[in-house]
Amino acid sequence: MKYMLMIYAAADQQVNCTVEDWMAYEKEMRDAGVLVSGHSLADLVTATTVQVGPDGKRTVTDGPFAETREVLGGYDVIDVPDLDAALEWAAKCPGSRDGGAVVVRPIAEFDF
Amino acid sequence: MNVEQVFREERGRLLATLVKRFGDLDLAEELTSDAIEAALRHWPVDGVPDRPGAWLLTTARRKAVDRLRRDRVHAARLAVLQVEVDRADPPVADGLPDERLELFFTCAHPALPEEDRGALTLRFLAGFTTPEVARAYLVPVTTMQQRIVRAKKKISQARIPFRVPDPHELPERLPGVLQAVYSIFTEGYAAQRADLAGEAIRLARILHGLLPAEREVTGLLALMLLVHARRDARHDLLEDQDRTLWDRDMVDEGTALVERALTGGYGPYGVQAAINALHDEAPDFENTDWPQIVALYDVLTKLAPSPVVALNRAAAVAMRDGAAAGLALLDELAGEPKLRDYHPFRAARADLLHRLGRDDEAVSAYREAIELAGTESERELLRLRLAALLR
Repeated sequence: MKYMLMIYAAADQQVNCTVEDWMAYEKEMRDAGVLVSGHSLADLVTATTVQVGPDGKRTVTDGPFAETREVLGGYDVIDVPDLDAALEWAAKCPGSRDGGAVVVRPIAEFDF
Repeated sequence: MNVEQVFREERGRLLATLVKRFGDLDLAEELTSDAIEAALRHWPVDGVPDRPGAWLLTTARRKAVDRLRRDRVHAARLAVLQVEVDRADPPVADGLPDERLELFFTCAHPALPEEDRGALTLRFLAGFTTPEVARAYLVPVTTMQQRIVRAKKKISQARIPFRVPDPHELPERLPGVLQAVYSIFTEGYAAQRADLAGEAIRLARILHGLLPAEREVTGLLALMLLVHARRDARHDLLEDQDRTLWDRDMVDEGTALVERALTGGYGPYGVQAAINALHDEAPDFENTDWPQIVALYDVLTKLAPSPVVALNRAAAVAMRDGAAAGLALLDELAGEPKLRDYHPFRAARADLLHRLGRDDEAVSAYREAIELAGTESERELLRLRLAALLR
């Protein structure tokens, strides 16, 4: 079962974890064979939103779709047996500390 | 045992076994209903079998095969079923597996909304129907239906597992299970439904049977027994209760459990149980062991501090050291937002003011308490006290 771990940082967050912490976390996921994919996202000021209206007209705006206090900073997709295992990995993620949060969402599976 | 009792005893256990087997709550519920329906047809004619649980499980398995053959959506699970049927069951006392502990942990999983955990426990482990669960929590049936459907959807789609947490996870996970069971008890207590409180005790007994060495499970069962023992007298406040109405057998059982819950360590449920044991063993309110009760509240304050614990501690201090000492502590708590609208706080204050001869202040404190009380019986009790004061 695949889960996306969405790593959110509070806007005013004091970050205490280091690059080494993130590298160690990624290595641990790789070694355990659970990491499907993962990326960190560039700074929020670089975000651009695209919407296409019913007339096919494209609207491009600067910034994310919804302004929130919590900023999506990156994600990992992991493949583990169940939610408990996914929550374990979320708790190990450096992004879950110092006021940050990791939102765990199952990837939808469709039977065709 | 009559057929109703058999179903009540066996339903949760059968459901847990089927959930474990198929990993699917909906399917397990359907099979449980099928098996019970079959029993309702056969047992009145053939008699209740010697091992009703085994009969129900065998029937449910047969129904599973029928259902999975018919139903292409579930066809993939047939393979799983075959493997499971071929595999020998783990040896247990009466030859039947008991997977209710897994189900307890699923119902109280931290990923589910806290207010739904007690409801799910009633539904799946106590065998309540959705309308019965709705009535227990005083919400409309459609609301409860939506909550249960949403919770089941999360359990299945987010794949919340049916498993007993590892020993190192237990300290984090067990309190949730205990809280779910205790919430059923407190709901029953607030609504004056002895049947619901009794159901919570039955669930705690099952849990205690499954985790006999967990002191807080023992403590929770003891606490509920020691409070429930006073059920027939509780239309009065503790100090006015007719103590001959208390259930002595239940007190004895609870007291014996408290001793076990407090051997070699203690947790909040065990300490609360001990406080209630002291009340239950006291000849009357005056001659209760107040120094010991205050000491236990001190322990509880360290383990699980809360404004309500502080309030109860202040009331015990008032009995040990006099009303003035208790009132001083209550006045320190006056700023607590959690106590502002909590009528027992006003009532306790009114009581102490009256004991100090400050009756004018006591009258207005009683009036505030009556205003804030949630149920008619609570208001009635407070009105009686106010009337006695004005006489």
